Amino acid sequence: MLERHWTWHRVKEFLIEKCIYLSGVTSIVIVALIFIFLAKEGFALFKTVGVGEFLLGIKWYPISHPAQFGILPLIIGSLVVTIGATLIAVPIGVASAVYISEVASGKIKEVLKSGIEVLAAIPSVVLGFIGMMTLVPWVKAVFNLPTGLTAFSGALMLGFMAMPTIVSIAEDALNAVPKRYKEAALALGATRWQAIWRVVFPAASSGIVAAVMLGIGRVIGETMAVMMITGNAARIPTTIFEPVRTLTATIAAEMGETVRGSDHYSALFAIGIVLFIITFMINLIADIAVHHKAK
Amino acid sequence: MIKNPYLKEKIAFTLLFGATVLVVLPVIFVLFYIVKQGWPAINWEFLTQMPQKGMRAGGIFPAIIGTLYLVLGTLLFALPLGVLSGVYLTEYARDNGLTRLVKLAIINLAGVPSVVYGLFGLGIFVVFLKFGASILAGSLTLAIMVLPIIITTTREALDSVPQSFRQVSLSLGVSKWQTIRHVVLPHAMPGILTGMILAVSRAAGETAPILFTVAAFYLPRLPKSVFDQVMALPYHLYVISTQVPHVKLEIRYGTALVLLIIVLSLNLVAIIVRAQFRKKKKW
Repeated sequence: MLERHWTWHRVKEFLIEKCIYLSGVTSIVIVALIFIFLAKEGFALFKTVGVGEFLLGIKWYPISHPAQFGILPLIIGSLVVTIGATLIAVPIGVASAVYISEVASGKIKEVLKSGIEVLAAIPSVVLGFIGMMTLVPWVKAVFNLPTGLTAFSGALMLGFMAMPTIVSIAEDALNAVPKRYKEAALALGATRWQAIWRVVFPAASSGIVAAVMLGIGRVIGETMAVMMITGNAARIPTTIFEPVRTLTATIAAEMGETVRGSDHYSALFAIGIVLFIITFMINLIADIAVHHKAK
Repeated sequence: MIKNPYLKEKIAFTLLFGATVLVVLPVIFVLFYIVKQGWPAINWEFLTQMPQKGMRAGGIFPAIIGTLYLVLGTLLFALPLGVLSGVYLTEYARDNGLTRLVKLAIINLAGVPSVVYGLFGLGIFVVFLKFGASILAGSLTLAIMVLPIIITTTREALDSVPQSFRQVSLSLGVSKWQTIRHVVLPHAMPGILTGMILAVSRAAGETAPILFTVAAFYLPRLPKSVFDQVMALPYHLYVISTQVPHVKLEIRYGTALVLLIIVLSLNLVAIIVRAQFRKKKKW
């Protein structure tokens, strides 16, 4: 009896540990599966359209005859919105992180941190909706434009949406700087600002680089808000006050109307591959920046 | 150039404060505005009735139920997988190439755009495994999306359990799994719970992953099986604010408010659980 009990336990434990090992490597399997399935559906396009023609073609007319699948306008759309959002979010976000981590204290710090956490939690479709209702008419009126659905509106909203990522990761990086660095600077007669600017900030710089990269990743990947605000015109814009369409919005807006297995369907998956590769690179760079700090 | 370092400090701190206000003030505006505009729409009928007249009247009941089913389905898949994966990384994994690769994969998964998860779900669950656009396909897609959240919070929770707890248990002759099961996991439970709630909140609010895998444009009935499509709150908000003309503003804001309340109250619960846990922690 005792013997059997023991064996049963051994068997159970063996099975559970096998399950744990399997779960452990699931993440790798999923990343591989994502790539395989995007490739499986997306590569079919390249039988009819060359890779160069796809990436650099300036005409995205997926449903005309003959259809044209050039995603350059979409890449430029994503790029314009991303650069705009980054220009807004990085200085403001990093400054907020410095304020929250180094200057604010007590209750104010907690309030500011919860404000940022709330922003991180608001679904992007809600922010897109609010943007449509408030930001878009405001941009139209202030800049006297025919429509407020522009790259500029998208950049403003996405800059706002990238804040939680940038602020929280930059704040972690600043907090990770040993207290004695700052104390030593203060003991030498530096003001608090001098200690922050000359000592703490440089020491946290690689973590802040990671924060910026992940913020950019967040902006490139954002879909719903950008689709609702930027006007969805697949043309290369001449100014930031024109409608644009991003890579993500194109997939979300058009997939519902495609025929499974058609060139259009494959083209949207091919855009998915482009996005997957871009975000993979961004995360890799952020990860390298973080580990660079560790050494 | 300003010479006085104290004046310089004052200016710098004011600018930093200004930047923080620029981030936080719009958040307060968004919350206030949605509550103010959406509150009048919310009543018992709105929450418990089917939409009528092409979603221009009636309630949002099927969208609420749809989101509930999706969230439950997501947890069913993501929770065991995510927790076991976290256990593997903290308790079993050695510091080798494979572990490094797993961690890199998790970081990468956390950064994949949500619409790409939608494409993946469409490719593997809807088309390849022939689940069709269904609760099953949508839940699996959302589960994969929230997996990094659950794995990361589980790891943090397990890491916070002191090493000495494990050593004492192991030295008493308890096996490794039993130590994890009866000593480590119970102490890590609040942390894991926090991660679970955050994952639910994320799954409830996402639109892009469910666009092609489950969400129904207009389906004023409740699902009968996991192979049915459902309406979902975030997609419903998208539909009534961009695809259907002449929907009363009140209904749009009301839908946004319900979604916001669900997501934010989940986050609040997570924050409370975390705070309670920190207070009780004896080590």
